[in-house]
Amino acid sequence: MNYLASIGSYAIMIREVFKKPTKWRIMKSLILKEIDELVYGSLGIIIFISFFIGAVVAIQTALNLTNPIIPRSLIGFATRQSVILEFAPTFVSIIMAGKVGSYITSSIGTMRVTEQIDALEVMGVNSLNYLVFPKIIAMLFYPFAIAISMYVGVFGGWIAGVFGGFLTSADFVSGLQTDFVPFHIAYAFIKTLIFAFIIATIPSFHGYYMKGGALEVGKASTTSFVWTSVVIIILNYLLTQLLLG
Amino acid sequence: MIEVNDIHKSFGDAHILKGISTTFENGKTNLIIGQSGSGKTVFLKCLLGLFSPEKGSIVYDGKTYSSLTEKEKRALRQEMGMVFQGSALFDSMTVEGNVKFPLEMFTNQSKSEMEDRVNTVLKRVNLVDAHHKYPAEISGGMQKRVAIARAIVMNPKYLFCDEPNSGLDPKTAILIDNLIKEITEEFDITTIINTHDMNSVMQIGEKILFLKDGLKEWEGTKNEIFKTDNEAVTNFVYSSDLFKKVRQMYIEERN
Repeated sequence: MNYLASIGSYAIMIREVFKKPTKWRIMKSLILKEIDELVYGSLGIIIFISFFIGAVVAIQTALNLTNPIIPRSLIGFATRQSVILEFAPTFVSIIMAGKVGSYITSSIGTMRVTEQIDALEVMGVNSLNYLVFPKIIAMLFYPFAIAISMYVGVFGGWIAGVFGGFLTSADFVSGLQTDFVPFHIAYAFIKTLIFAFIIATIPSFHGYYMKGGALEVGKASTTSFVWTSVVIIILNYLLTQLLLG
Repeated sequence: MIEVNDIHKSFGDAHILKGISTTFENGKTNLIIGQSGSGKTVFLKCLLGLFSPEKGSIVYDGKTYSSLTEKEKRALRQEMGMVFQGSALFDSMTVEGNVKFPLEMFTNQSKSEMEDRVNTVLKRVNLVDAHHKYPAEISGGMQKRVAIARAIVMNPKYLFCDEPNSGLDPKTAILIDNLIKEITEEFDITTIINTHDMNSVMQIGEKILFLKDGLKEWEGTKNEIFKTDNEAVTNFVYSSDLFKKVRQMYIEERN
């Protein structure tokens, strides 16, 4: 019953976010600030993780290719498919649910605890629009980060494959080009955009409606990470079935 | 003037406000006192429009809040200033940014007009060198003064303060009390202060409302509070030895 009530409250929150917009002059600066915090500020960790995961995927594939009939270019193919279809859009989104999501929950939750949200409401500001809308818009730029993740992941695979002596650069590139389906890129970005919305809104929901003090802010951050990850994983399954099944 | 007519508010099974009626006049400092859990904060939040009473009405200069449209309610809220217990300053903004915030949100003033207005109100609350500091970099007393500056920057008709002295030393508390009283008289604002602090009652209380268990137990002036025989009020007011002695002296003087 509690879950149903929470889903209802979440839906009401989303409706309120788009009501009574804040002045564009102020909203513009809020959006730029959130792009900096949420997307640009996450590039470092995204690049770091993508590079090494791409490298590990390449090595794991290479180590499992024991049959000499299977061409070594499969390493490039497997790296591309893993990184583009799952690793970059889904795995990175779960990491972002932790990094960005906990930041969103704790910052909004702290504003709730310290009555800053009440202060906005008393002034006649639609606090949900002021706080959550810029995060949703900022996260529309998240696919750019995922595009970088895809590139860096594949690059990491190339480095590990070629410099680890598992295959030649030409084989890797040949594998990358084998059976390339452009729709897979579209599929990855459709997923990314939906996950971006989830990463912006579920942590905001947990922060905005939290009750209590500093301890509860920490608890809300953990809960928001768990729920954002769960929703991302379930949606990943549904979207994969829907778009590729 | 704010007229409160028989308001009731519950949360689940807990009946917090059980029918409070009173009037708060313009240009006066009205104090709401009472023990913790008496319903003071809920009452204040009802007055601010943050909670909707289930029964009764609140009338702001002839306008009944519950019958206003959403747009009219937002317009009315812009006539309200609020000083929160913990100041509720926006951490990410400087002192100047905090005070300027309502002007940026609700007016079309030019940058220089806004800066002039911010300078005026910060000067009024005796804060002249803190424009570029962040809330974390200033003292509790200064934070309260910034909160007051933010609350009055839009020339509100109604000023609400939730325990404005909490966490302050006695000297700073008196300064804040006096500042609120001066601003109330200067701008002819209806000021309502929620407090536990009997010093504030003695210092600035022109009308005092005593709440007990969600009901109005007593109301009167600061002079009347010394004379009252209401047991709940005397137990609350004279819970400290200092005030017991003050009362004793008052009674001896009267006899």
